[in-house]
Amino acid sequence: MSIKNNRLTNEQYDENFSDIHPPFENKEAALVEANRCLFCYDAPCTKSCPTSINVPKFIKQITTENIKGSALTIFNANIFGGGCSRVCPVEKLCEGSCVYNLLHEAPIPIAKLQRYSTEKAIQDKWKLFERKPSNGKRVAVVGAGPAGLSCAHVLSREGIDVTVFEKESKGGGLMTYGIAAYKVTPAFCQDEVDFITSLGGIEIKYDHELGKQFSLQDLQRDFDAVYLGIGVGLANKLSIPGEELQGVEDAIRFIYDIRTRGYGNVPVGDKVIVIGMGMTAIDAATQAKRLGASEVTMVYRRSEAEKNCTQVELDIAKLDGCKMVWLAAPKEVLGEEGKAKALVCDIMKLGAPDYSGKPSPIPTGETITIEADMIIKATGQRPFEDLVGQNQIEHNRGKIIVRDKVSTTIKGVFAGGDCVNGGKEVVDAVQAGKEGAEAIFSYLGLQ
Amino acid sequence: MADISANFLGIKSPNPFWLASAPPTDKKYNVLRAFEAGWGGVVWKTLGSQVKNVSSRYSAVDFNGVRIMGFNNIELISDRPLDINLKEIAECVRLFPDRAMIVSLMADNDRNSWHELIKKVEDTGAHGFELNFGCPHGMTERGMGASVGQDPEIAKMVVEWVMEAATLPVITKLTPNVHSVVPTGKAVVEAGTSALSLINTIQSVTGIDLDTLVPNPYVAGKSVFGGYCGPAVKPIALKMLTTISQDGTTSKVPVSGIGGISTWKDAAEFMLLGATTVQVCTAAMKHGFRIVEDMCEGLNNWMDEKGFATIYDFIGKSVPTITHWEDLDINYHHVAKINQDKCIHCGLCYIACEDTSHQSISLTYGKPYNTYAIKEEECVGCNLCKLICPVENCITMEVRRVDDEYLNWKEFQRRGLPLNDH
Repeated sequence: MSIKNNRLTNEQYDENFSDIHPPFENKEAALVEANRCLFCYDAPCTKSCPTSINVPKFIKQITTENIKGSALTIFNANIFGGGCSRVCPVEKLCEGSCVYNLLHEAPIPIAKLQRYSTEKAIQDKWKLFERKPSNGKRVAVVGAGPAGLSCAHVLSREGIDVTVFEKESKGGGLMTYGIAAYKVTPAFCQDEVDFITSLGGIEIKYDHELGKQFSLQDLQRDFDAVYLGIGVGLANKLSIPGEELQGVEDAIRFIYDIRTRGYGNVPVGDKVIVIGMGMTAIDAATQAKRLGASEVTMVYRRSEAEKNCTQVELDIAKLDGCKMVWLAAPKEVLGEEGKAKALVCDIMKLGAPDYSGKPSPIPTGETITIEADMIIKATGQRPFEDLVGQNQIEHNRGKIIVRDKVSTTIKGVFAGGDCVNGGKEVVDAVQAGKEGAEAIFSYLGLQ
Repeated sequence: MADISANFLGIKSPNPFWLASAPPTDKKYNVLRAFEAGWGGVVWKTLGSQVKNVSSRYSAVDFNGVRIMGFNNIELISDRPLDINLKEIAECVRLFPDRAMIVSLMADNDRNSWHELIKKVEDTGAHGFELNFGCPHGMTERGMGASVGQDPEIAKMVVEWVMEAATLPVITKLTPNVHSVVPTGKAVVEAGTSALSLINTIQSVTGIDLDTLVPNPYVAGKSVFGGYCGPAVKPIALKMLTTISQDGTTSKVPVSGIGGISTWKDAAEFMLLGATTVQVCTAAMKHGFRIVEDMCEGLNNWMDEKGFATIYDFIGKSVPTITHWEDLDINYHHVAKINQDKCIHCGLCYIACEDTSHQSISLTYGKPYNTYAIKEEECVGCNLCKLICPVENCITMEVRRVDDEYLNWKEFQRRGLPLNDH
């Protein structure tokens, strides 16, 4: 038992990390599904999309072979429409509310159709948007993730010159660094960022981190407004004995490594435990398995009914051979010679609902010990509390407090996405970026 | 088991399903395959003067991803030598003596040509003729096909020539490229035709290629009007058939119905409006001859369910139900009802009624599902919502008679009853 890299051959890695939801192979296949769409009025799918993509319209446009129009319909509402078609948990959003579900029929594969139109647009570099002439206003956006770039795109379309400051060397944020590689490849993320910035008027300064290369005061001085889309940081601490042992990893760091270092260069344990049952936990567990771990066990302190991931995601993990231990809360990491070797969990039962509205897990007094050489923490991400606090931005345990959805307590400084909501879907961040841009227009007297 | 056999002017066939005069019936190979598959009869592809066909010949109208809602052809009559056709017809009759063999004819426009052609075909053992007065392309420029059928006087003259020579039953096929099929129908019945068949194809342009900007079918940068057929033309054919079935003269002769027939249901509808047999082409061209199996079985099952022992128990039964507008009962009123248990909240009924009809459906906002209900007092009972609803029997029409008494428009006016006030 040990943590090591290169457990598999390159061919095995390629197979394990290939596209989990392959696109339509041809036009006819897309048309069969597009023609099934009923073209609902005031459509439930659109209402279930945080960015309100006009789904019936873009699907109708596929059927009339107006793919450019279809792509524009999508990107108008969601400039990350390409990435979202791959990473959105559509089973609880658009596809989950498709009226076909009420007929007990398969819903329209909205994500796959959205990918059909957006992929063509991104691959062929269609110029779908035209920027208004520059109006001289300058806005700084911090973070080139979904919230920041969505905001930047809307701003630039209206003629505002936008400078985006990004601490990493690539744009896309968690889309690029925090999602399972079998959903979106790093190459696609790069293409998507290029597609967004091809509008013009958006300059991204990479390797520029707030609080290091520049300060919020610098931005307030040099720009007419500031939008913070700084996301959230590493995984929450477990605060249990043994957490410092070698082999106890952070899910965000683990996924980041997979996306940046190449599959063979990422060490993975033989027996892996993933703590948590959200989307990130699933991404960590499935990818640990796909990197060659022989056993992956997911532990969650509540029962299956309270899981944060969708059933579709859970099924992916199950099909990958991950085991689930429900009602188990980490109590202590046992080690040997400084290395983790097992996780002791309290066995829980469900009690009255807690602050989250879910039944609270209560220890039964019994414990279970699971052997592991790698333990991955995925119990939610930690906001950048220090950074936010240092800049005198009002916050709640690191989450930026906003009024009217986007305004921080500092005049001219707006915020949105994970740094405000604590960590939701990409599509939520895109919507937050749009709302931020609208607020900035109004602040700058442009509307 | 019902008896689905047909007796058309003494021409017997085990079922009423014939293949229409068209590419599927232009040679022995196809016709034998059709008979083996179970078709009751064929109308052999039109024989007549020498022609040469072009490439391409067909085009189609697709609808919402479904191929060939409508079909169009610019093929002419048989381009094979007459003697080969005659020899093959005789062989088919010999091999399948229980099937109907009708031969479609289109001779040059003179008495002798018709007489000669009829004599040659009678020697084959075929059971009857169908006069092609309907082909809308190619032959019309030579004074044949539709140019005959469009002029009752010319049609009458040609039928008279035919009847001088023919000893077999003669079916005259009518063109739909006229304002009404009745004048020509009457003229040819008066001239002695034994029966009628309708409709032939409808002149059409199926569409234009938006890359080349040339309509289909494409022939070296050009196209021509073609004959339209397939499921899209069925309602037009049914209407024309009804006018023939309701006319005092034309209703005296049997009719073979044609126009977009793809299933036993289509066939039953043609027969309910007066057709004794039906002719099929496009559906066979799309799916092959095997479709006849379900046509026979489906018709048989339906007849059993309805208690019809033979096809003559229902032929023409719906003809009297198509009346004049002035005779409709104004006191009949029905309103739509949405079954909320079946509703899937697609909103299609709402937007259709709201934008294009009578604003008779209410929308109660919900996320993600709105609730839709009928405003009964506003509903005029037009059926639009019911037609649009994707769920079977979710929207039904409930009868709300204004009065028990039958009241037509003339009587309504005579009594000076109030008109709509909105």
